[in-house]
Amino acid sequence: MKNPSSSSVKSRFTRRFLRALIKINRQKPSSSSSREIFLRYRRIRIAADKAMACVIGSRRAWSRAVLRRIKNQKRKRLADSLRRSNGIHGMKKMVAKEEDEISYEQENELRKLVPGVGAMDLCSMLDETAHYVMCLATQVQVMRKIVDFYST
Amino acid sequence: MSSRRSSQSGVSRISDDQIIELVSKLRQLLPEIRNRRSDKVSASKVLQETCNYIRNLHKEVDDLSERLSQLLSTIDADSAEAAIIRSLIM
Repeated sequence: MKNPSSSSVKSRFTRRFLRALIKINRQKPSSSSSREIFLRYRRIRIAADKAMACVIGSRRAWSRAVLRRIKNQKRKRLADSLRRSNGIHGMKKMVAKEEDEISYEQENELRKLVPGVGAMDLCSMLDETAHYVMCLATQVQVMRKIVDFYST
Repeated sequence: MSSRRSSQSGVSRISDDQIIELVSKLRQLLPEIRNRRSDKVSASKVLQETCNYIRNLHKEVDDLSERLSQLLSTIDADSAEAAIIRSLIM
């Protein structure tokens, strides 16, 4: 498995994401209405998720799920953002018998947070989760650098 | 560390070795747990920390996207791209 923290993943993500930012910037004149800012924020967030998923491509279930989700985005926009925030509401109390047992509640909690793992067995899901976490952390690191760079 | 779950509590059996391997892999990624000396972090705790970490990362992506949308008009990405990539890799 390609190491998602490798500089090539980082630089490929950076390039794609910056290109998307230029495009978003070009499409609308900069306006300070709150609706404009909200729409731009949403397109930027989608562009960031999409850029990382494209870099990973079809190699991983989570990236395939993200690309699929974005493709269907026009129909399900609102439903998706609700699903993300509802992940917290769905939390139940842990029922593990010993402290290192994994309960169904915990497993399901994780399934809601990682794209594309719905049908997987626990082992595959943990592997997918590790890869997803690494890519997400890289995505955040790059976005932070870009924000810092343009904030000064 | 036993991560086997009994059928009495209605949960499934998994290979200990696989779980141990994957849980320790996840553990290495978590900023909270990585710094702790003890090897005895339970699988349950790792999963819980992973969920928290993913939620935090999602929130950061949201916040950073919002900040970017405000900064967007100042971005001239062509000239900056090389500098940003260089600073990321160094």
